Amino acid sequence: MNPFEYQRAEDVATAVATVSGNENAAFLGGGTNLVDHLKLGVATPNLLVDVSGLPLDRVESLPDGGLRIGAAVRNSDAAADPRIRRDYPMLAEALLSGASAQVRNLATMGGNLLQRTRCVYFQDVTTPCNKRVPGSGCSALRGYHRYHAILGASEHCVAVHPSDLAVALVALDAVVQVSGPDGDRAVPVTDLYRLPGDAPERDTVLERGELITAIDLPVLPMAARSGYRKVRDRASYAFALVSVAAAVDLFDNGTIRDVRIAFGGVAHKPWRAYRAEDALRGRPTTAEAFDDAANAELRDARPLRDNVFKLRMARGALVAALQHLTGADR
Amino acid sequence: MDAEITLHVDGTARHVTVDARTTLLDALRERLGVMAPKKGCDHGQCGSCTVLLNDRRVITCLVLAVAHDGARIVTAEGLAQDDHLHPVQQAFIDHDGFQCGYCTPGQICSAVGMLKEAEAGWPSAVSDLAAAEVRLSPAEIRERMSGNLCRCGAYAGIVAAIQQAAR
Repeated sequence: MNPFEYQRAEDVATAVATVSGNENAAFLGGGTNLVDHLKLGVATPNLLVDVSGLPLDRVESLPDGGLRIGAAVRNSDAAADPRIRRDYPMLAEALLSGASAQVRNLATMGGNLLQRTRCVYFQDVTTPCNKRVPGSGCSALRGYHRYHAILGASEHCVAVHPSDLAVALVALDAVVQVSGPDGDRAVPVTDLYRLPGDAPERDTVLERGELITAIDLPVLPMAARSGYRKVRDRASYAFALVSVAAAVDLFDNGTIRDVRIAFGGVAHKPWRAYRAEDALRGRPTTAEAFDDAANAELRDARPLRDNVFKLRMARGALVAALQHLTGADR
Repeated sequence: MDAEITLHVDGTARHVTVDARTTLLDALRERLGVMAPKKGCDHGQCGSCTVLLNDRRVITCLVLAVAHDGARIVTAEGLAQDDHLHPVQQAFIDHDGFQCGYCTPGQICSAVGMLKEAEAGWPSAVSDLAAAEVRLSPAEIRERMSGNLCRCGAYAGIVAAIQQAAR
């Protein structure tokens, strides 16, 4: 492991100034991804600024009735929060489906959002990877890629974003509060993540030194009827092959008034399924309507040699999630 | 970069100088000789390095020691009171909750932390989120203990042990 200095951040402004002024500095949250990258040589900072102890560790009500989750709140505390469980169950379920209890007790909300892909080539410094070393090539394109993207990928990178939390947040239209060297800004989570294009080394639109300080959840009554469904190689403690976050609002006659859908495990970013949503508004809660929604979203999917199965898996996960939320599976 | 830190390990204050790169696991094992937490994968995938850090179960292989100056740590070695095993330890013996024993200190610390979480009403991925109280069914125990792998496959005994300890 390369040597580095460690600093405990005194406040947000100082931490931002320190990291923005040193291109080899990095923020440290719970460390559950970054410390692994230090060991693997994937990350080689010369300075870590520990932001996990900043007073960003509360879940607070916003004046409009929404909820603000501090970036240093631990994943386990957010998942146990009674307001999140009641008003945004898909969010609690997404958090609880991620990692293990021991990891969730360490991992921060901000750190969860900024974790890096688990693509095996990204994590193996002996192999080419455009995300780790721009221009070196993509080993996954013709290599081991059953976990990889079926939507929005490029010839430069087919990695997927690993966060379950982020999938729920894009479905909920959540917004991250960001402090940076040029001041504060709010970034919708749907705009936070990038598709790889020809610059897969950039996961997000955040600039050097910008720090996520909070996640704001808007008022969304339909989120009370929401859930997160994750499909993986084993029942627990594994990353998603495919996941679905969904919320449904029904008219009195049982047809769909509104719906929120996002996929995980299918793209370089958590994938908000706007086409599927459009296809469902005004439709009855039938298997046919759910299937049409899956078709609409997956029309442009481009699976790789060894992940064609994700098409059926994404379709099945979406239909099952919607059937569960609308009671059609009872 | 070296830093002087104090760790309160199993009830004893321990002062140690660590390089910033030292994980909490390596500080405990290599610097302080506390061998209960085990190094399995060293990448956060097996749970054998689990301890209670300020009363919460955590893995120690992906944690920097320097970030936890002043922390209270309880390892499997520190759970017994005098000559009396912790109820979770006794339950693992009663139900053959291990074979080779390498994952056991992590399993036991994890179970102790898990029982506290369940008592506090924390849900798991298989819980009804609306329920205020947690009933530790075998399915709940399996999900909540999924961060601890046992390559001998003693899972049946581990689940039974934790059910006993939960009563």
